[in-house]
Amino acid sequence: MVDDEKIVSEDMGVQVEKNENMEMRSFGTVKRWATKRSLWMVHYCTGCGGIELAPLMTSRYDMERFGMHPMVTPRQSDVLLITGYVNIKTLKRIIRTYEQMPDPKYVIAFGSCPINGGPYWDSYATINHLDKYIPIDLYIAGCMPRPQSIVRAFEDLMDMIQDGTADGYMRYKKYYEPYKANQEKIFRKWW
Amino acid sequence: MIAEILVLIFMPVFVSFMGLLFMGIQRKITARVQNRIGPPFYQQFIDVMKLFSKRENIGHNWVFDIGPIFAIVGMLTTMLFIPMGGFRLLSMDGDLIVVMYLLVISGLGMALGAGASGNPNAGIGVMRGLTLMMAYEMPFVISVLAVMVYYHTTSLAEIVGMQSGMWALIILPLSALVADMALQAQFGKKPFDQPIAPAEVATGPIVEYGGKYLGMLMVAHSIGMFVEAGLFIDIFLGGGLLFHQPGIIWQVFNFLFWVLLVFALYTLAVLVNAIMPRYRIDQAFVFYWKWPTIIAIIGLAYALGVSVW
Ligand code: SF4
Repeated sequence: MVDDEKIVSEDMGVQVEKNENMEMRSFGTVKRWATKRSLWMVHYCTGCGGIELAPLMTSRYDMERFGMHPMVTPRQSDVLLITGYVNIKTLKRIIRTYEQMPDPKYVIAFGSCPINGGPYWDSYATINHLDKYIPIDLYIAGCMPRPQSIVRAFEDLMDMIQDGTADGYMRYKKYYEPYKANQEKIFRKWW
Repeated sequence: MIAEILVLIFMPVFVSFMGLLFMGIQRKITARVQNRIGPPFYQQFIDVMKLFSKRENIGHNWVFDIGPIFAIVGMLTTMLFIPMGGFRLLSMDGDLIVVMYLLVISGLGMALGAGASGNPNAGIGVMRGLTLMMAYEMPFVISVLAVMVYYHTTSLAEIVGMQSGMWALIILPLSALVADMALQAQFGKKPFDQPIAPAEVATGPIVEYGGKYLGMLMVAHSIGMFVEAGLFIDIFLGGGLLFHQPGIIWQVFNFLFWVLLVFALYTLAVLVNAIMPRYRIDQAFVFYWKWPTIIAIIGLAYALGVSVW
């Protein structure tokens, strides 16, 4: 089992180095601007949150203002939004979806359940810390968060993409072994 | 010669640029119809830029790779034969028939690439796409046949030339109506967007295409918009030729009017798209082979009668 703190703290170094080498080339700024203004989202609604997404996509909050669009296939999307509790069965699907998305990709965890388990912290079927299994760029706390806070989170994500701090996909590549070890530990033999 | 080469280079660039612009405006219009604010009108350019700047592009095999290339090349080849607001790149006798065949190439190439991905959703999407193609080609071909019969020619250039007095839209309104119905399916707009229905088959043939592949497909789509609308304009709206005097300034006006007509046709399709649900594929098939075909046959009989007497 890998310590979460360790992954995060070690990663700060990686991120700065990557920024200087790859992201800060001449077209880097334009590319990141385009990426942040056209985030396509695949949403994985496990527990709560499906209700919040409907007003978000339609005329009440209209996330297409920011160029965001719900997408149905992981190959075409940039953001993976995971809402509500994650149990072991859905975790498997989440990991597969995440691994099918092309880089750069970002993950937003929604609700208190993916953060620390929420009310289901002692369930035999759910996992408590989602960031042990896939890297997460942004959390939205709350049980359950309102659509406004999702809009706020998207704005934060856009800022993070602009200054290069949304680097979960690099972390996943760099710490692939520990992440895989964690995943295998929970799935045991039926992975 | 030089002018032709310049046009040859200029047209694809211009058409893909304007197509992306129109698609952006179309998203804005759809949003306003649905009482939303909508993305900025240049959103489509941002999307394409993002898709081309993706770090990873997941391919499967080389047949999969040539799918989008097929789509673009098929559309560009068709574009060569279509008079566009006074610009004509290639023309010959019977090019209307050639165009009818070439129009299909783009879709078939996509079907090939999508099938090679091995995704079941892509397979269903391809099946739906080909079924739909078979459905709308029937009334469309009959209505084009009416125009051929009326003008006694199969050359697009001649058809355009003979409409300088009066548009075929006014002479053959029934055929024009049917062709516009078929245009809805050619554009892939609701109620005939079964092949790419996101909620049913997860965008169908393009389910495995992401990153640069999808960017290329978007460009192909924007070229296709001009090709399909351009064909309709050539056949029924006099090729978008408003002024018949010689002179460069009138040519420019003609070309602008042609672009405006493409925009008008596309907006019409988008407005229908914005308020419509989606047919099932079998309903769409029955629809096309029923009412539009009947109207098209009446239109053909009318054209035959008018041209004989
Ligand atoms: S965050 Fe709250 S509302 Fe959402 S799944 Fe967990 S317990 Fe339910």
